[in-house]
This record gives sequence, C-alpha cells and structure tokens, in this order.
Amino acid sequence: MSGVPGRWRRLAPRPALLAASTAAVAVALIPLAYLAVRTAEAGWDRIIAELWTDRVGLLALRSLGLAAVVTTACVLLGVGTAFLVTRTDLPARRLFAVLAALPLAVPTYIAAFAWVSTMPRLEGFWPAALVLTLCSYPYVLLPVAAALRGADPAQEEVSRSLGRSGWQTFTAVTLRQIRPATAAGALLVALYVLSDFGAVSILRADTFTRAIFVAFDLGFDRTGALVLSSVLVALTVLLLAGETATRRRGARYARLGGARRPVARLSLGPARWPAIVTLVAVAGLALGVPAVSLGRRLAAGVSRPGALPEVLTAAGNSLTVSLAGAALTMLLALPLGLLAARAPGPLTTALDRLAYLAHALPGVVIGLSLIFFGINVAYPLYQTRWLLALAYATLFLPLAVGAVAGAAAQSPTGLEEVARSLGRGPWTVLRTVTLPLTLPGIGAGAALVFLTGMKELPATLLLRPTGTDTLATELWTSTAVGAYAAAAPYAALLVAISALPTWLLVARSGLLDKEDRP
Amino acid sequence: MSLNRRSTAALLAVGVLTLGLAACGSGGEDATDPGKPDDKQITVYSGRNEQLVKPLLDKFTEQTGITVQARYASTAQLAAQLVEEGDKSPADVFFAQDAGALGTVAKRGMFSTLPEATTGKVPPTYRAGSGHWVGVSARARVLAYNPDLVPADQLPASVFDLTTPAWKGKVALAPTNASFQAFVTAIRVQHGDAKAEEFLAGLKANDPQIRDGNVKIVEDVNSGTVPVGLVNHYYLGEVAKEQGTTPDGLKVKLHFFPGGDTGALVNVAGVGVLNRSAADPDVQKFVDFLLDTEAQTYFAEQTFEYPVVGGVQGPAYVPPLAELAVPEIDLNDLDTLDATVTLIKNSGLVP
Repeated sequence: MSGVPGRWRRLAPRPALLAASTAAVAVALIPLAYLAVRTAEAGWDRIIAELWTDRVGLLALRSLGLAAVVTTACVLLGVGTAFLVTRTDLPARRLFAVLAALPLAVPTYIAAFAWVSTMPRLEGFWPAALVLTLCSYPYVLLPVAAALRGADPAQEEVSRSLGRSGWQTFTAVTLRQIRPATAAGALLVALYVLSDFGAVSILRADTFTRAIFVAFDLGFDRTGALVLSSVLVALTVLLLAGETATRRRGARYARLGGARRPVARLSLGPARWPAIVTLVAVAGLALGVPAVSLGRRLAAGVSRPGALPEVLTAAGNSLTVSLAGAALTMLLALPLGLLAARAPGPLTTALDRLAYLAHALPGVVIGLSLIFFGINVAYPLYQTRWLLALAYATLFLPLAVGAVAGAAAQSPTGLEEVARSLGRGPWTVLRTVTLPLTLPGIGAGAALVFLTGMKELPATLLLRPTGTDTLATELWTSTAVGAYAAAAPYAALLVAISALPTWLLVARSGLLDKEDRP
Repeated sequence: MSLNRRSTAALLAVGVLTLGLAACGSGGEDATDPGKPDDKQITVYSGRNEQLVKPLLDKFTEQTGITVQARYASTAQLAAQLVEEGDKSPADVFFAQDAGALGTVAKRGMFSTLPEATTGKVPPTYRAGSGHWVGVSARARVLAYNPDLVPADQLPASVFDLTTPAWKGKVALAPTNASFQAFVTAIRVQHGDAKAEEFLAGLKANDPQIRDGNVKIVEDVNSGTVPVGLVNHYYLGEVAKEQGTTPDGLKVKLHFFPGGDTGALVNVAGVGVLNRSAADPDVQKFVDFLLDTEAQTYFAEQTFEYPVVGGVQGPAYVPPLAELAVPEIDLNDLDTLDATVTLIKNSGLVP
C-alpha cells in the first residue's frame, strides 16, 4: 500500500489524522515522561542499586514466565473455543459463546478472592496463572472468533481441492488467516498479565507488579517503585517487538470482493462430548467459583452494605467515569486506528506501538504519574473526573485502537475510492463512508474500554474525586476490613453491569447470529 | 453484518460519547476548590477505612452541619500523596492510623500546631510533643493464637522468641501492613537497626505465613489454618462482627506480650491539621469532635479500639489500656518509616 505514492491522499485526510494520532500518543506517554523524570531524579547510583540485584532478575523472569504461561494457555483456550463455536456443529453454540466470553466481566481481584475463599492455602505462581488465564482468555477468544467468522472460505476450499486433509488445511490456511487476531489478543493478554495486581497480590505470586505495589504500599518508597516500573517498560518493548515480528507486511486478510459465504461446519460426531465437558468445566471454574463464593460470603456474613442509595450512587459513579473514560479513549483512538488501517508504514507502526507502551504499567504508576501531572501541569483537573477519564484513556488506548483498526481493515477501501472519484472531499468521505463502516469497531472498542474501566481499581483509588465512590472502590473498602457480606452486592453489581458490554462484544463478533447468513 | 446491528452499534457509540462527555461535564463539583474557612465544609484525607469511620463522620455532619469530603486510601499512600501535593493539597485534615505517618508529614512542616486546649485532653504518650498531631484512639500489638494449637502456657514471653525453631512455620505476618511496619520501627528505636535486621531475618528463616492483611491472619488463626499471628488487638472485633458473634465467642484469643516487650507496642490513630486550615473553625470543630466522649465511645464500641481521653470505657474483651505493660517508646520517634521499609524490603519478607 505504501508503495503507491499519492494513494493515501484519496483515502483520508492523512496530515490531520497524523496530527491527531500524535496528540493521542502524547497523552499515552504522560506516564512514561513521569517515569523518566522521577527515575532521572533518583540518579544512576540509586537506579543501579535498585535494579542490579538478584531479586530484580528473579522478578523479571517470574513476570515473563507468568506472562508466557498465561498467554499460551489463553491462546489454546481462546482459539480452541472460538473454533468450536464458529466452525463446528457444537450443540447450544450461542449459549457456549456467551458463557465463554462472560469471564471478561469478572475482575481478577474478585476471581482470586473467590478462589482463596474456596481453597485457603492456594498461593503462588500456578494458582495466579490459573486465575489470570480464566479471566483473560476472552481477549483471545473474541477477536479470533470474529476472524474465523469473517475469513474467506475460498482459501480453505482451494486448499482442500489441492488434496490437503482437513487438519493440514487447518494448520496451513485457517491458522494463518487468524494469526493477526491471535497475535493481537495474545499481546493484550501478555501485557495485562504484566500489569495485573489483583490476582498476584491476593494469591501472592511475586511478580514485578506486585513488587511495585508493595514498594508503593510501604509508603515512601516511590523511587524504588518507579525504578522497578522502568523494567516493566523494557519488558513491554520486548513483547511489542515479538508481536510486530509476527505481522507480515502488507498481508491482507479482508475478503476481496464477492459475497460473504458461510463456512461449512465441521461435524464433531462423538468428539462433541469431550468438547462440551471442557467448555462446561472452563465456565464452571471461571464463572461458577466466583458466583458460589460470593453467594456463600453473602449468606455467611452479617455486615450489611450501605443503604440502597449508597449502592446506587457507587454504581452511577462507576458508570459515569467509565463512560467518560470510554468516550475520551475513543476520541483519541479513532485517528490512530484509521491511520493504522489506511496508511500503514513505519511511522504509523511506530505511533501504534508507542500507544501500547503504557499499557503494561500497573495502574498505580499511571495513577501516580497523573497525580504528578495534575498537581504540576493541569491543576484545575486535579481530583476531577476528567483526570480519571484521562487515566483510563492512557491505560486502555491500545484496546480501542485495535478495535478501530480491525474494523477499518475489514471494510473495503474501494467504497472510499469511489466516493473520492465522485468528487467528495476527504473529510466528507471520512464522515459519510469511513466512519459508518468502522462504527461497529468503534462500538466494540468503546464497550471494551468501558468494561475494563469498570473493573479498574488502583488508578481509580488514587485519582477519583474526593468523596466519590465507585463499585470497585467500595469493594476494596469492604474487603479490607473483612466485611465480605457488605462487599458482595458491590461485586455482584459490578459483574452484572459488566456483563452488558461483554454481551455486546459477543454480539459484535457475530457469535449470536441465528444462522450463517451472508 | 446486518444493517440492524450496524445502526445499533452506531447508536450505542453516539450514546456512549454523549453520556460520557455529559458525565464529565457534570463533574464540576469535584473540582479541587480548597474552600474558605467557615464555609461549612472540610476535606479529610482518611487513611482509616471508610467502613470504620464513615458512620462517625456522618454523625459529625449531623451535629454541626459541616459537610465532610473524605478521601479514603491507605495511610502510607495518603501520606505520600500529601507530600507530593505539598502546599497545593486540597486536604484540611489528615486522619491516619499510624503515628509514624503523621510524624513523616509533620517532619515536612505541613502540619499546623494544634491548640493546647485540644491536645491537653490526651496523655502526652499519645500525641506529638510539638503539637503537630494528636492521637484519637489507641491500638495494641498482640499475638493472636488458637488455643487448640497453642496452649496458653506455651505462649512466648517476648516477640523475639518467635524466631526460635519452636515456631517454625507457625507464625502469620502481614509485612506490608502499616501496623507491622510501625512495630518494626519501634524495634529499631528501642534496640537499634542491627537487632531489627536480625529479627526480620529470623522471622524470614522461620518459614512465616505471609498474609496481605490482619483480617486474613485473624480468620486463619481462628480457623486453625495457622497457630499464631502478629496483629492489632481490634481485628478480633472486626472478624467477630462479620461472623455475627462477639470477640469472646471466637476461637482465637489474644496474648499481650508482658514486661514492656516491643511486641506490645501501643500505637495511635490520630489527626494533623494542614497549615492552610490552621485558622478554620470547621476543622477545629472536627478535631475536638474526635476527642469528644461520643466519638471516643464510638471507637471503643464500634471499632474496638482504646479511647485516649479519660472517662471512657475501653472495649470489653481486652484488659484496660492502663494495665498494659507497654514498651517505653516515644511515638514521635516512629517517623523514620523509610529506613524501616528498606529493612523489610531487604529481609525478603516482601517481594
């Protein structure tokens, strides 16, 4: 694409997009600027003293190990489930699709807490890996399911006609078609694992993020916490480089013309029983354990949650700050997503990768950096919802960019070219053709950011306006003093509200369509 | 993609954007307006848990008509945030659950001197000599034990005994907890850094059961998962409350280290008033309210802490504060938290 000079001029107002994208990336880089300033203040001696220890090496290995284990498990589980619900004659497919995606609505700290309540001695690396896998595999499932449904069956048919077996075709053609979706989902999982604090702190798996949280919780060890964070940034760069390497330049997976046709579904035969058992088991572990545990805590405890108005206020605050965060994130992500889809090139790739950099930083670091930013740069915003929305934008920009870019990449450029040839200006084309085509992606991205914002705790605690409680912060407040029964309604409401955008995401990936109609 | 779903998505996207921006637009009330003295509104940074103090703050508002904007987080985090905010802080009062954190903020010169009439109500042990902060309730460090697993006659005479082989694998700790850190600071103050370092290394070598917080420790000792744990005395009350019983009704019992052992440290929760609010009568009313009989009774009955003002009965399930053999430590000396944190970090008790 980039080899066709002048072509971009027909497609989108690129200079404007570029400027807007640069602004979005600048926002995402605020925490990194803060890290740089604070780490530089610490001086080399301190940095070397903090970092040049066996402990740091161990933590790095353990964080990477956890990310590798969880990502591998999520890819297997996510791709397997996606294949079962999109390409086979599995009974009750739609039900399983929804069940498989619902763990997205369960925050890791609720899941981990549920597991610990059920099995008190559970702690360490493998339990954390289990909980993180159960909470994160939908990040792979959803994009892969959408890719499997949207893939062009012609390639597979050609492969079969050339004498390859079903399995050979799957490995040679199908897996290659869904590779970008798998890699993008895997990257999100890996970065999430690096930044997760909920599961690792409750299950006491010593990762980098837990060490950062502890250093920060110990109070006055901010420098230590921030110097450690710089290592996380380095690990993120590694992961981004790895994911970029899996992308083949110029590879396009969108259908090129032609009507959409359903793919012939694979008949499972007797193999459907182990498939059903596996899916039910995963849903039971990911959804059943938290549900039962919350129910038990609710029945056993006598602490009562705040009066209904208090619960509703917290829910309202959760909704408004998450919606604000989703709105701001989408505004920032839109130019970047369009640019990634319509004008690929080294510059676009660099901007896109930069947007990911802050994504693996723990929420507490984002929170601290925006406190610093608020006090020293934007004091009128300090302790307002705006700053919290900005934190969400910084944290979740990649989720939104990915959704927009994915939708734009799947919509044919031909329509835009026709509109341009009919004499419409670039902005008109953007408004009347490109945006309507990418709206589903924008909706999905907004739903995902909203959902993640609802669950976010550390940055919310630091940045919320004084006196503003959200469902997540109320939950934290109650569990900190062991008032589990009081916490349960907040947890239940949080999961219930989060289930709605999750359902939207499932619907968006086309898993709920009645039959495979074009 | 059916047209129907596309228009739904479009509507949704537009709706989210509108709602989100409207939500932010209505956020004017959260602006960091420091407020004026006597405007019937104060901002409190509370390192104490909302569940524990909110009813009390509501009572204050009810009685005085002064609205309390409370910001809740951990004591250490808020102390760090105050230091970060410096003179731009919107806070009027810092309500902390550890003398060390109050001392740290006081050391930065951020607290005003409280009037004698206020601080005089509290024994000198439980306030800053400089008058920069005053304790409002006291908490004792204790060893929670399960009598089924540890007979009362085998309880250790000193907290330092917990590093002996007899206690291997039997002791639960919460090294990230502020109260544990204050206790380690107390060891440093009383016995020096070397002794504190040796003690932490001994704990670490003894295969301790690390927990995230005191509630979990008390629950685990109560259920017999772990024989003993180092906690504050009032966590028994919290766990009992949740289980719908009284502290006496729980299996877990408390051991107060005798003879002025560092393990029997009594720390305070207290308040300091930020410089810019020194002359605000609303803030002064709040500090006085916390030292009033009603609030002191609330601490004794609802949060199971020791009142620090004379004439109020302490919680029923623990010996009176006056009878405890507390170590001879000036709480003002607990403000060297950073050195303690370094020790705890190097001990390997935390990741």
